[in-house]
Order: sequence, then C-alpha cells, then structure tokens
Amino acid sequence: MDTIIELFQYDFFLKAFIAAILASISCGIVGSYIVSRRIVFISGGITHASFGGIGLAFFLGFNPLLGAVLFAVLSALGIQFFTKVAEIREDSSIAIWWSLGMALGIIFIFITPGYTPNLMSFLFGNILTVTIAELWWMLALTIVIIVTFSLMFRKILYIAFDEEYARAAGLPVNLFNYLLIVLIALTVVLNIRVVGIILILSLLTIPQATANLFTNSFKKLLVLSSVFAFTGTVSGLFISYFLDIPSGAAIIFTLVIMFAVLKALKYIF
Amino acid sequence: MEPLIKIENLNVGYDKIPVLQNVNLEIFEKDFLGVIGPNGGGKTTLLKAILGLLKPFSGTIHFRKDISGRKKPIGYLPQVKHMDKKFPITVFEVVHSGSIMEGASKSKSEINDKVAQLLTEMGVYNIRNKAIGELSGGQMQRVFLCRALLSDPKILILDEPDTFVDNRFEGELYERLRKLNEEIAIVLVSHDMGTISSYVKTIACVNRNLHYHQSNIISQEQLNDYNCPIQIISHGTIPHTVLKLHN
Repeated sequence: MDTIIELFQYDFFLKAFIAAILASISCGIVGSYIVSRRIVFISGGITHASFGGIGLAFFLGFNPLLGAVLFAVLSALGIQFFTKVAEIREDSSIAIWWSLGMALGIIFIFITPGYTPNLMSFLFGNILTVTIAELWWMLALTIVIIVTFSLMFRKILYIAFDEEYARAAGLPVNLFNYLLIVLIALTVVLNIRVVGIILILSLLTIPQATANLFTNSFKKLLVLSSVFAFTGTVSGLFISYFLDIPSGAAIIFTLVIMFAVLKALKYIF
Repeated sequence: MEPLIKIENLNVGYDKIPVLQNVNLEIFEKDFLGVIGPNGGGKTTLLKAILGLLKPFSGTIHFRKDISGRKKPIGYLPQVKHMDKKFPITVFEVVHSGSIMEGASKSKSEINDKVAQLLTEMGVYNIRNKAIGELSGGQMQRVFLCRALLSDPKILILDEPDTFVDNRFEGELYERLRKLNEEIAIVLVSHDMGTISSYVKTIACVNRNLHYHQSNIISQEQLNDYNCPIQIISHGTIPHTVLKLHN
C-alpha cells in the first residue's frame, strides 16, 4: 500500500492516473455509442487512418496530434463519402481508409530525414509519457462529450436505436451522425497516448461488453462502461509498473480478464 | 371533404430505380386502408414516401393544412424485423422515443404519464424495464404500437404489425385498431389479405402501380387488372371476404 501511495508522488505517475480517468470517461461514453450502433469497424478504420496524419506531422514538423485529428476526421468523412456517394461497399471503404492511413504513416516517417520517432509509442501507447498539454486536451474533450451526451441524451439514443423513425419525426439525423462521428474521431486521437492506435478499440468495446453484462439501459451503460474502463486502466497501470511490461498491453489484458471473470461469474450465478 | 393525404401521380423508388409508378391515392379522416400486394411490390416504399423518408422522383404528396409542414401527427409502426434486438434500450425508453414525433406533449411528466398509460392499456406495463430484445414478437408489436400512439396521431401507419405474433394477439390487435379507427385514420400494410379484409374499409393493392378499391370486397374482375398473387384465407366469425387465387 505504501508503495502505491509513494507512486503518486511521482509526477509521471500522477499524470498517468489523471489520463486514465479522462480516457475512461471519454472512451466509456463514446464506446457505448459505438457498440450500440454497431460501428466498431468504422471506429477501427478512423483510428488506423489517423496514423497517416501522425506521419505527415512528423514529416512537415508540426504537432502529431494535430495531424492525427486531421486524418481521423478526414477518414471519417471519407468513409461516409465512399459509402454514400461513390457507392462502395461500407466494409470495403473502411478497409481502404484503414490501410491507406497506415501506409501513408509509414511512408512519411520513412522519408522524414534524421530522427525517427518512436513508432511503438503511437502504435501501442504509453500512458506514462503523457504530457500536461495532452491532459488539458483530454480534459476539454471529456467535458465536451459529457455536455453533449447530457444535453442531447434522448435524441442521441433515439436516433441510434431507430434512425428511420427519427427521420420520420424530422430530427436532423445527418447532423447528429456527423457530430458523433467527429466526437469518435477526436476521442480516438486524444486517447492514442493511453493505449495506442492498435489497441484503442479495446477501450471502446471491452468495458462496454462488461457493462452490458449488468445493464440493458443505455444511460447506465455509459456510466458503467466508464467505471469498468477506469478500473481496468488503473489496475493495468499498476500491473505494468510492478511487472515492468508495456502499459497499453497491460491495460488491455486487465480489461479482457475482468470481462472474462465477470462473464463467467454471471454464467455460474 | 378534404382528404388528410392526397397523393397525385407519384413516382418513387431507391437510387433512381423506380419502385412505384403513377400512384394516386386519397386518405380521408377515419379511413381504414389495407395495403396489400406481393413482396417487393412497393408497399413499404409507399409508406416511406408518405412519411417523407423517400423523396418522390415526381408527383406530389399533399397533406391537409392542419397536418402539413413539419407538423405531421403521424403514428408509425415500422417492420419489427428490421429492429436491432441487441440494442441496449428498455421498453419504457422505446415507447418514450415516440415523443420525438410532432404532436407529442412537450412536458416531461405528461409524456411519462402517457407512456405509462399506454403500456398499461396494452398490458405490457409490467415489462417496462426489460430490454427490447427480451420480448416475444407479440410483446414487441404492442410496445411499438404504444410508441406510435404516444403523439396522439391523426393517422396511424402500420407496416406488417401481424408478423411474429400469435393468432390471439392478432385478433386483439385488429380489435384495438378498429376501436382506434373510430377517431383516427389507419393505413395498414399486410401480406395477410384474408385477415385484414374483414377489418379494413378500403383496400389498395400495390404492385408497382396502385389499385384502389372503394370497399373491402374485391371481385375477380378487379383482381384480373393486376398481377397480385393473393392467397385465399378465410376464418373468423365476422363477415369476411374470400378471394380467389389468380396468376
């Protein structure tokens, strides 16, 4: 116990702990929406496409997060455009943006002269290296998400459940869909630090699956997912510290074990 | 009398492929219109056009003044088979979602009271906290009917409310619709002509075109006008119509 308290005296650990709280809230809420609407694969596409932006940012020498945001939002709109306007099958257009982003990322980083950034930290994340500036961004995003979902909870839920009915009622369904896909893109990018591009889908889906074991209400799902995400992230953080293994992988491993154990317990009782 | 909805020379479909051609139809107050026809004939397309979900290629759908514009007090029960049964939403919330329709009360407590009242009337109040996916077919149809009625619509549009339901509920459903019909107009899509013909007042057969019948009895000659393979079904104690099979 003393060691744990001591850990919080370290600046890097305190920052990681705050990052875990913020990531859990944003991923818990946005992930619940993603899972309920069955757009996990789209979210995966957006996440991986953002790698292209990170590469571009390194090549041109600006903030990688900015590049990631740019590519994430572009790919989100690009997937919509490919599917709706160019009439390419949705799963195929997702795969195109998914792989295009990754390829561009690798190319840009390869042709960037001199210093090569640590790819591993973007692909797999390292919550222990999160900066104060990034924490502020994460805080801002978390507030935006909480406000959006509190103010428009019913509309978001009803559009997600039955889009056609919402259209018949005259709700601005397209506007909501675009707003939420942009929120997804931002959530993904600002949480890349925590678990990385490859593993972020886990924070958007596993806590939700765990929460879904205990509730059928969308509202409770938002809250419970955040709680499970937080439990898993913090436990993973400690495990990663004490066993000296990468934090992103440790977090996901913890999330999966937690889900498996609770699922088994629910099955037995 | 001015019709609630007047459809003139409507051409409508998906992605530039026409499904319905040259459709004319008038729906009056307290009408009970049965829409029948083969699968893919355009029954659902017609409903979607009325609901404003599909833009007509040409022609017009005109709503009577008091229900025109964005104010269309229409109750809509979509095909349940397209619903996501795994969606984390409770029965109460599903019915409550009817409050986004025009005509629903703006007061939170009034909406909640109305939801509870409808659930009770339909005999599903006790399952209000269950997830939508846990319900049987009949329960689900009841819940979606509650949602459609939440906004006190002037027109109720139902797309195959008789799928996934047992015979007992089917009878109950049609009796309920008959009662509702004393106040409001009903448009009902069904593939089960035999059952609906004893409840509906008029019939529209949709198969690319629309054939309107002023009564609920269709003669053999009228059937010959279009290619609508209708099954002969006859049961029940109330006067019913027997239709012959034709090719």
